[in-house]
Amino acid sequence: MSEEIIIAGFGGQGVLSMGQIICYSGVMQGKEVSWMPSYGPEMRGGTANCTAIISDEQISSPVLTEFDTAIVLNQPSMDKFEDAIKPGGLLIYEENGMTRKPRRKDINICAIAAYDESVKMNNTKVFNMIVIGGFLKVKPIIELENVIKGLEKVLPERYHHLIPLNEEAIHRGMKIIKEAHQAN
Amino acid sequence: MSESNIINPENLVYDKTSVMTDRVLHYCPGCGHGTAHRMLAEAIDDLGIQGDTIGVAPVGCSVLAYYYFDVDMQQAAHGRAPAVATGIKRTMPEKYVFTYQGDGDLAAIGTAETIHACNRGENILIVFINNGIYGMTGGQMAPTTLEGMKSSTSPRGRDIQSMGNPLKITELVAQLPGTYYVTRHSVQKPANARKAKRALKKALEYQKENKGTCLVEIVANCPSGWKMTPAQSNQWMEENMFPFYPLGDIKVPSE
Amino acid sequence: MKELRLMKGNEALAEAAIRAGADAYFGYPITPQSEVIEYLMRENPADRTGMQVLQAESEVAAINMVYGAAGCGKKAMTSSSSPGISLKMEGISYIAGAELPCVVVNVVRAGPGLGTIQPSQSDYFQAVKGGGHGDYKMIVLAPATVQESVDYVRLGFELAFKYRNPVMILSDGIIGQMMEKVELFEQHPRSTEEPEWATVGKKPGKDSVIVTSLQLQSEEQEKVNLKLQAKYREMEKNEVRYETHQCEDAEYLFVAFGSCARITRKAMEMARKKGIKAGLIRPQTLYPFPVKAIHKLAKQVKGIMTVEMNAGQMVEDVRLAARGEAPVEFFGRFGGMIPSPDEIFNAFEQKMIGG
Repeated sequence: MSEEIIIAGFGGQGVLSMGQIICYSGVMQGKEVSWMPSYGPEMRGGTANCTAIISDEQISSPVLTEFDTAIVLNQPSMDKFEDAIKPGGLLIYEENGMTRKPRRKDINICAIAAYDESVKMNNTKVFNMIVIGGFLKVKPIIELENVIKGLEKVLPERYHHLIPLNEEAIHRGMKIIKEAHQAN
Repeated sequence: MSESNIINPENLVYDKTSVMTDRVLHYCPGCGHGTAHRMLAEAIDDLGIQGDTIGVAPVGCSVLAYYYFDVDMQQAAHGRAPAVATGIKRTMPEKYVFTYQGDGDLAAIGTAETIHACNRGENILIVFINNGIYGMTGGQMAPTTLEGMKSSTSPRGRDIQSMGNPLKITELVAQLPGTYYVTRHSVQKPANARKAKRALKKALEYQKENKGTCLVEIVANCPSGWKMTPAQSNQWMEENMFPFYPLGDIKVPSE
Repeated sequence: MKELRLMKGNEALAEAAIRAGADAYFGYPITPQSEVIEYLMRENPADRTGMQVLQAESEVAAINMVYGAAGCGKKAMTSSSSPGISLKMEGISYIAGAELPCVVVNVVRAGPGLGTIQPSQSDYFQAVKGGGHGDYKMIVLAPATVQESVDYVRLGFELAFKYRNPVMILSDGIIGQMMEKVELFEQHPRSTEEPEWATVGKKPGKDSVIVTSLQLQSEEQEKVNLKLQAKYREMEKNEVRYETHQCEDAEYLFVAFGSCARITRKAMEMARKKGIKAGLIRPQTLYPFPVKAIHKLAKQVKGIMTVEMNAGQMVEDVRLAARGEAPVEFFGRFGGMIPSPDEIFNAFEQKMIGG
């Protein structure tokens, strides 16, 4: 098993921490992982992305040009990474704020209204956990208990009381993700 | 009475401190470095801290100071002595650490290191020998060269318009909250030398109490660089250097 | 029990320094390595081990603080990225000349000049050929993983003290910024030893200790140089480290180091999938360089392809090592660009197999 993921969106959407949580969960499941952020001026300019790789084997390159899965959370990220998905791969996009639908026909596409759901939960900070939930629903590469263990590692102890809320967000994401297109 | 009768331990009135080695100084005849070395060495001796002192030699005439001070010493890159001393003091806080630097080292190429060590209040002693010239490289203009003073790179005298002003860095660092004791002395006469020694001793005592950075400037002559006899150079120093770099305390502890 | 963590390369370097029993770290912020000092300041190792951490006023001051602490026999470290390392080069030359041990980390970014903050390997020459003035060498360790970043800090201090010589860890923006699983070694106590060459205060009845790189007499300075050269020959004999992948039956050889070796390995695997017998050698020490190993493989293969994130630096050492036994080609991306496995493979196919 090897899953190469790009996660991209605006700074502040929790893009980098999503990648870290997926990787830490992978560590808890005994996988090899690597996480590589985009760093530099673009971080300050608004868009951020990170590459997360989960694999049964040693990971050779942490820097990739094509991906099994792209999780895009804004339009510029969709524009940038839609073409970088391997044929038969997966695109997950946040519906809020997208002005253009994906055009690829050779990939699986899922849409998630994670932002709206986070508003319903009265906590937009769990937005990225809802997205993770959606991703894990479509690609159950990590068991939920390992995600929770990962969260325990990532979050400082003083935030551990928020873990049940995050778990709830993951469940909501699993529920609301919709298939938009199946690969031809 | 023969000479051998006179040179006897019981007739000894003034002994060379054991904190100085027996090595012959390489400094030019009449140069102030020798006396300045001795005053610092005697201060270390008086306090009984020879085995607890680590010195830092600069680049400049006193680059070989480690031949003369019989204490553990490190030689630093040009201008970097306060940074080297910081590295020593931070990892050996129980030791007495001093730098011994000339004007080019301390006030030109090492200005940043000087100001920031003083501003952090590193518990070190900075001994600053100011003779207004680059001695080792052969008499070029220094940051402290006086207006109109001739050097090989200001052959018609220092022109303020084009070469800038002489830098009173001692007054400058005295403004910084990190400095505790900042004072200016000279060593051309026994009375002056004794005062300089008292200042150096005081500074080392403050270091024991972790009071912050102490800087002792010694205005000195450079007979070779100034192209004068030793006597002339001392007179010139008193008449020209002292009015611009007045002797005395610049910053003293408030208590 | 082994301690597994997911860590950024830069943070791993910092944690490893604490655990290796470092006495001091002096540094100055520069992207992409500021996490090293940020981590140390956050971690406050003074409480954990007594390790001193100080943000210096400049790169130059930082390396000279390292000199001061190293002169006292302390384990001192600094880190920076390319432009900052250029500033430190004077100090590194002094440290090499005075024969002091220390660890210097360079998380390389692309130059020349201010360049970009993106990853690069364009400081290879500076690291392995000396970098500062005078005839000197640093042992250069090139980590390819976050785990090696951790391991090389400990190894770096060991080698630095074994040879009384600066050791450089040549990381880059990829290794520094990426997160991987690491196994941390246990906390080593800080050393209480006082080496005889260290300025720790003159001992009664013994000569005072002088730390210096100055020798005004040419005859004496030549002796100093000869002594240093003899030491470098010892390093070359004892400290070569490298890793090979599928070299046993290889007909073609890739040579790459650091993060670039990981990407190249993927290209090598692509070649294998296409039935081309390719192998990879990854120098872990860039100085001393695995000359013998590459020479031996050069006799075995039809061609060698060196891949670097620069305009071709290590390739010169590979050619010297191959001594004409096999043609040596080069592929590189630079200016902060990272080669993809595909383009490496394509270049390999075109240059080695024949288009």
